Amino acid sequence: MQTTARVQPARSSLLRDPKFRGLVFQILAVFTVVGIGWYLFQNTQSNLAQRGITSGFGFLNNTAGFGILQSLIDYTETDTYGRVFVIGLLNTLLVSGLGIFFATLIGFVIGIARLSPNWLLSRLATVYIEIFRNIPPLLQIFFWYFAVLRAMPAPRASYEFFDAIYLNIRGLYLPSPIPADGFNVFAIALLAACVAIVLVARWARKRREATGQLFPTPAVAIGLLVALPGLAALVAGNPVTWSVPELRGFNFVGGLVVIPELVALTLALTLYTAAFIAENVRSGIQAVSHGQTEAARSLGLRPRHILRLVIIPQALRVIIPPLTSQYLNLAKNSSLAAAIGYPDLVSLFAGTVLNQTGQAIETIAITMSVYLAISLSISLLMNWYNKRIALVER
Amino acid sequence: MTEKKLESAAGDKLMIRMESVNKWYGEFHVLKDINLDVRQGERIVLCGPSGSGKSTTIRCINRLEEHQAGRIIVDGVELTSDLKQIEAIRREVGMVFQHFNLFPHLTVLENCTLAPMWVRHMPRREAEAVAMHFLERVRIPEQALKYPGQLSGGQQQRVAIARALCMKPAIMLFDEPTSALDPEMVKEVLDTMIELAESGMTMLCVTHEMGFARTVAHRIIFMDRGEIVEQAAPDEFFSNPKSERTRTFLGQILH
Amino acid sequence: MDTHIFKPDLKRPLLSVGALGWLRTNLFSNWFNTLLTLFSLYLIWLVVPPIVKWAIIDADWVGTTRADCTSEGACWVFIKMRFAQFMYGFYPHELRWRVDLTVIAAIVGAAPLFVRAMPRKLIYGAFFLVAYPALAFWLLHGGFLGLVAVPTSQWGGLMLTLVIAVVGIAGAMPLGILLALGRRSDMPAIRVICVTFIEFWRGVPLITVLFMSSVMLPLFLPEHVSIDKLLRALLAVMLFEAAYIAEVVRGGLQAIPKGQYEAAAAMGLGYWRSMGLVILPQALKLVIPGIVNTFIALFKDTSLVIIIGLFDLLNSIHQATVDPAWLGFATEGYVFAALVFWIFCFGMSRYSMSIERRLDRGHKR
Repeated sequence: MQTTARVQPARSSLLRDPKFRGLVFQILAVFTVVGIGWYLFQNTQSNLAQRGITSGFGFLNNTAGFGILQSLIDYTETDTYGRVFVIGLLNTLLVSGLGIFFATLIGFVIGIARLSPNWLLSRLATVYIEIFRNIPPLLQIFFWYFAVLRAMPAPRASYEFFDAIYLNIRGLYLPSPIPADGFNVFAIALLAACVAIVLVARWARKRREATGQLFPTPAVAIGLLVALPGLAALVAGNPVTWSVPELRGFNFVGGLVVIPELVALTLALTLYTAAFIAENVRSGIQAVSHGQTEAARSLGLRPRHILRLVIIPQALRVIIPPLTSQYLNLAKNSSLAAAIGYPDLVSLFAGTVLNQTGQAIETIAITMSVYLAISLSISLLMNWYNKRIALVER
Repeated sequence: MTEKKLESAAGDKLMIRMESVNKWYGEFHVLKDINLDVRQGERIVLCGPSGSGKSTTIRCINRLEEHQAGRIIVDGVELTSDLKQIEAIRREVGMVFQHFNLFPHLTVLENCTLAPMWVRHMPRREAEAVAMHFLERVRIPEQALKYPGQLSGGQQQRVAIARALCMKPAIMLFDEPTSALDPEMVKEVLDTMIELAESGMTMLCVTHEMGFARTVAHRIIFMDRGEIVEQAAPDEFFSNPKSERTRTFLGQILH
Repeated sequence: MDTHIFKPDLKRPLLSVGALGWLRTNLFSNWFNTLLTLFSLYLIWLVVPPIVKWAIIDADWVGTTRADCTSEGACWVFIKMRFAQFMYGFYPHELRWRVDLTVIAAIVGAAPLFVRAMPRKLIYGAFFLVAYPALAFWLLHGGFLGLVAVPTSQWGGLMLTLVIAVVGIAGAMPLGILLALGRRSDMPAIRVICVTFIEFWRGVPLITVLFMSSVMLPLFLPEHVSIDKLLRALLAVMLFEAAYIAEVVRGGLQAIPKGQYEAAAAMGLGYWRSMGLVILPQALKLVIPGIVNTFIALFKDTSLVIIIGLFDLLNSIHQATVDPAWLGFATEGYVFAALVFWIFCFGMSRYSMSIERRLDRGHKR
């Protein structure tokens, strides 16, 4: 055949090769990004030189010289900026931890209430969710802080609960436990009870698998948890004495003081995040199809076993990923502390320390890295978890 | 499928009695005066257009649906709102669903041992032996350690049958067991059901598989608009339907 | 052959219908349910009467100064007197018609987009997207074509909140879409750049981004360039939101069946054309609810600009509550702010849910 000669030889231009084009495109993109970075770096360098700011992290060793409203570790004004950073970080973790704990508790209760067959209760849950998730968290913090807690009476006219808890403009005063004579025995008994519960649960499971008999593990667990430490307290005497706040002159002494900033922040973040968690819980439970319940029922399983063996294991798979992202949101929202002066990481470090030292780049970079590290590690954990629990499908 | 009519094995013992059962969904009257007696070993096929109440009828038998008037007596126990009795009846009545409803988070074996262990309080070893026995009967023992999501529709439905059988029920309810299956998988499920029929199980089956109904059923019940329009033995039902409504329906599905 | 005569539908037996039946099944079906009902009623009794008493029955509605607030309840006079400031900030009195006109123009201009049967919607939409921002800028900022300039330092109140939210989301959209496409690209370098960008912004709180925009941005830029404070905040918000939009859009891209990509390629469309003509129109429609939800989140987050000293709705109200002339009415101020935010957010969330339902139906068909 002669025509073959007229077919173009396989000599395509590089420009029309998708691989080559892709490569060029990528190189261009990388150059652009690096170029922008270089440009910003250059500007920053000259700006810093202009203003006489020396960059570097040396300032962390300088003396801070200012007081901090709340610190979980010892701190005096002569401590360094480095220590201030640690205090800020701990305060952020404290408020995040408190918020996560209470938000989870309230969120699950409200999410389940939302699905209650009781019409009134489920409506109330809906109203809660719709109110709290549609109001900015910062506004909620302001409300609790400025409108409620700042309007509290002076210590002399405190609100009083159970003769032990006091609320006034200086904060929330709670009784604090102080270990007494019987404390060690009590602690050992408590530990023993926990160990015993684990052992009993194991034994009960083994026996159920071997003989089929069920064992009332939860009831026994509660019994152990009450009886053993109770016995220890009887034998060895009071495990703790309570330091109850007491009004002396113009202020309270003793007990544990929770500053109003922390109360407002925890309250607002808890109520706000709980609304979202409630929605996650609701949709997670609803995601377990009705057919699953029906199948379990038709097998004769009891309602609580249906819940424990069929619904909860499946609902948790759906709930946990969005739940984690709510936790992350809460941790990030805890930075709103800066607006009411709670000494969290942002407020202390990206606020006060930055203002005093002028080390804008360093402080902001450190602050952002902390949040990034938290976010990334949680995401990695999440990916691992999702892979582990993903339902096996074809 | 075997052409030979399965041996008529219905005994005298009354397993299910429904006496003028009425049910409403809201204001919608879905079951009207359903009267039905099922004897031990009897195999009944319920058919009818969609929305005629056939699924609702069998779902009332294990109280997945609640009836508002009339009486339902299963194996001598009357269904009331008493939880103990409902549980007792559910132990005796197995059910297979249109969409299988296997538990996706448990393996095939765990699906089968769950109820024997938690309801019948069987030791694990024994429950697993029972489960393997029935998985062998439905011909998929080799899939025991897989998850439902890894099986084909037909295999999943056979697991669902095995799961119900593991409770050693006296009665089996089938709610359109082949409707959600690809055509090539229908036969494997029907064959399993025929084998089950041969063993003398009392069966109530909602299905559109008329071939299955013809070979297996002792009685075919035709329902429409929430009531039983006609019931007869298969030969009679197919060759000489009494009501004009039945004839129209048969004309539509038998082509 | 006989014709079957169907039985008539009967009424459901009493006790399970009507108000009484409803109460029985929904509120008092068993002792536990009854307990829950009583508990709920107790909660309502605890919360609602005091609020109604404070906000309505005992409230002061008429007057002009704090002296007019004499009763126990809320002092709505405060809100009334400061209302204009809450809406416009320090925007000059005699020029506030320009803000009103901007809002009216937005409503009138966008209305046709919500009419489902509107012809040439796409062309009109594109025109609106280009023309409106120019018009809005001219009206709000002015300084040319016969309008007096109003510097952004005088902007405030709800108007500023809306400006930040709307400009933020509109500016974030194009970048967000590009990032989403980049994250799903075959080219590793592009993917890495996009993933890094997205994860960075999603990993840090907006407040640190705002800090960064106010203290770091001036360092990044050449010395002689200084950017307006509002513009800096807007830039920060855009970059931040772009990362969230990117993730929403990525969800939409993933939901488009592979067949669509293959069909587009089989027709001989190149990458940009198959994305622009086939994939994105479908994906973006799918993610409208997600974008609205992102917008709601942004709308709430605009309140953070208080940190860098902008006077949005929340900050305007906050400042008013510390004004010596009106001390002691913080609750009224925040309740009002909450109400405004709530109306916007709740309204938008309902809208997003209705779209979601419509899309769901569309899919099933």
